[in-house]
Amino acid sequence: MSIEPGDVFALEAREAREIARREGRPLAETERVVAMVEASTAQEALARTRANEEVSIAARPGARDPMIINLGPQHPSTHGVLRLVTELDGEVVRDIHPVIGYLHTGIEKQCENKTYWQAITLVTRMDYLSPFFNIHAYAQSVEKLLDLEVPSRAQWLRVMISELNRITSHLVWLGTSGLELGAISIFFYAYRERDRALDLFEMISGERMNNRYFQVGGCADDMPPGFEKLLRQFVTEMPSRIDEYEGLLSANPIWLERTRGVGALPAEQLIDLGITGPALRAAGVDLDLRKARPYSGYEHFDFNVPVGTNGDAYDRYLVRLREMRESVRIIEQCLDGMPEGAHISDNRKVVLPPRGELATSMEALIHHFKLVTEGFPVPEGEAYCAVECPRGELGCYVVADGGPKPVRVHMRDPSFVNLQALRPMAKNAYLADLIVMIGSMDNVMGGVDR
Amino acid sequence: MGGRALSEYRNLIDAACPGAAVDEFEGPGDELTIEIARGRIREVCRFLKGEPAAFRQLSDVTCVDVLAGNDRGDRFRLAYQLFSVESGDRLRLRVWADADQPEVDSVTGVWATANWHEREVYDMFGVRFTDHPDLSRILMPFDWEGHPLRRDYPLGGEEVKFSDAV
Amino acid sequence: MALIPPPGAPVERAPRTDASIDRDLRDVVETAEEEAFVQRLLTTTVDRALSWARSSSIWPATFGLACCAIEMMHTATPRYDIARFGAEVFRASPRQADLLIVSGRVSQKMAPVLRRIYDQMMEPKWVISMGACATSGGVFNNYAILQGVDKIVPVDVYVPGCPPRPESLIEGILILQRVIGAKGQPSSVDLMRAQGLPVPEDAARVAAHRQAWAAAR
Repeated sequence: MSIEPGDVFALEAREAREIARREGRPLAETERVVAMVEASTAQEALARTRANEEVSIAARPGARDPMIINLGPQHPSTHGVLRLVTELDGEVVRDIHPVIGYLHTGIEKQCENKTYWQAITLVTRMDYLSPFFNIHAYAQSVEKLLDLEVPSRAQWLRVMISELNRITSHLVWLGTSGLELGAISIFFYAYRERDRALDLFEMISGERMNNRYFQVGGCADDMPPGFEKLLRQFVTEMPSRIDEYEGLLSANPIWLERTRGVGALPAEQLIDLGITGPALRAAGVDLDLRKARPYSGYEHFDFNVPVGTNGDAYDRYLVRLREMRESVRIIEQCLDGMPEGAHISDNRKVVLPPRGELATSMEALIHHFKLVTEGFPVPEGEAYCAVECPRGELGCYVVADGGPKPVRVHMRDPSFVNLQALRPMAKNAYLADLIVMIGSMDNVMGGVDR
Repeated sequence: MGGRALSEYRNLIDAACPGAAVDEFEGPGDELTIEIARGRIREVCRFLKGEPAAFRQLSDVTCVDVLAGNDRGDRFRLAYQLFSVESGDRLRLRVWADADQPEVDSVTGVWATANWHEREVYDMFGVRFTDHPDLSRILMPFDWEGHPLRRDYPLGGEEVKFSDAV
Repeated sequence: MALIPPPGAPVERAPRTDASIDRDLRDVVETAEEEAFVQRLLTTTVDRALSWARSSSIWPATFGLACCAIEMMHTATPRYDIARFGAEVFRASPRQADLLIVSGRVSQKMAPVLRRIYDQMMEPKWVISMGACATSGGVFNNYAILQGVDKIVPVDVYVPGCPPRPESLIEGILILQRVIGAKGQPSSVDLMRAQGLPVPEDAARVAAHRQAWAAAR
């Protein structure tokens, strides 16, 4: 037996109604909307629309009832498994209702069952385009609770790799949102550079993605031999590559037509909606946590925070491209002024001893054993630390009770928050522009659903 | 950084909403926390959003399930992360919700961003928010039973069958 | 006794026993034109020819879930260039696709949707389970994640990794090509049917799985 179209969603609607009835409450808005989509069969949907139309035409001549279209969760241009229940009036979007949770991974729950150092593996896989930022926020919170000093070389390494990560993340955004608007070649250009950056990640951390490179107390390892040369080569070439992207898109009439004036909201409303990152900066608000609350030694670097004026999709594009240029500048400064010293703290109660010591020092062996089997205890307290990830403020809220496992790890993911802006943006826009808006907000569903 | 001290914020709240702030905590590091009486949270938030505190952005709303409860028998500890766009200050508000019928006033009317955060807390912890415009599950399916992030909810998954007799 | 005949010595062959071989085309070649024709002739069965054609132009569905989807996108880029193996045509509609690459973790909420996409695909169809999460739940052994996508759809090739490198995915596709084509191996769903194993086939099963899980809790 195969599934009749509509079965799965119809089941969901019945469940929603049943639960609301049991709890003796009316359907909540999202539940009502989801129930609306379950138009069981095409014939029923048509019949219902016609009936509705007759009623509304009788009431208000010329009025039309919106058509409900379900977009996603499997749709090539929703950047993952985002589901949008769309109320359409012809080509015009009257309202959208995002339905999320299709990639809910239970990371926060599982972190509570892991020791602090094990949980790093899990948070890395959350927003899969910015693995380093995820660990950075988490590690900073744990370090704050431990009151652990991170050596300056480790901080600079973190900044360097984070900025490289910012470039790779923006490249995915550039490639895929170009792809959605039919600009296929930009995808190949962007991924060409991304592959080279991933090679560098692989060199320093051993993996292309989901790199577990930052640790509580510093970084897992120092730069391997030859890394610096390759990274320098990369940052020397990168500005000319960004010129290439701009050459392809910035003055491209189709690109301009599709992105200009699309998805703009007033800055005040964006702040109220909690929007951060390039989407907010494009609207002219100069808010960057690297400047507003410098962390990990960002105060030592000379860089600009690009801001836009209109806050539309085109401005977001410009802001991100300029951010890549600024990231290149920061990496260059890192390479030039990398401080000498250790790449990780030497606090043996928290940080694994160097591999070489294990063979010679009994004490190191004991520390190693204890850290790996039990983990390290973290004093009671709560801490919230945030980093400026490619999408905005990525915060991590850790609650400790003095034991080796966290009581609560909560990630404030910018994708989750920024997605809320889609609804006010999309109202009374064209359906085709909705795709541009989704692309320009650069939401990563792994971060939205966690 | 604007760098207002915790006591300044406490005084501001005490002056505008007498009796709303119950307790205050400082640290670790630059963490500032003020505990607010349960029924007063919306009032305090509305005050803090405006001048002079100017916390125009709400970064995050989340919850911790303290299974043992506090001295009043409350179990769910909500944390509101406030952020001032101008000064870069952060402030955390803490509100306790009781164990059996956890219910807190919604602040969606103050900051629109609270909408999804509160839905997530409802979904994961079962804390209900009064006057929330759309209080429904957000991450889990509608028919899901239980609230996964409660401490007494099992992790789930499948047991891995390792055999000792190899 | 010399086992290997010296060079130039005539090699003795066993006499042919199958009479049909005597009717082999080669035996009736007489003219030079016929000789040239036979040299260009390939005999096969329709089935094999179809399988070969299918294996050489796999159309995967554009179905991205999580981290693995990014690596899946990398396989389509110039460096890895999946087009070399004829599988670059990612189709947005499952009805046009014959390969479902489950690229990432499958949540309990997504499982019925995934199953529906699989059902919408035309037969014959194949499934690659890409990465640790799709294969076994990976590091996420918890309430939210389906512990292996093979609980709801039959899987032909498992690609390990977290996420697998693009090369690994290409290797997986090459293995799938062997399954489909040259070796004529049946797909996993055919094997399951032949052995009388329950084929995960309907939404009811997904619902039952959910219920069983809830009951076990």
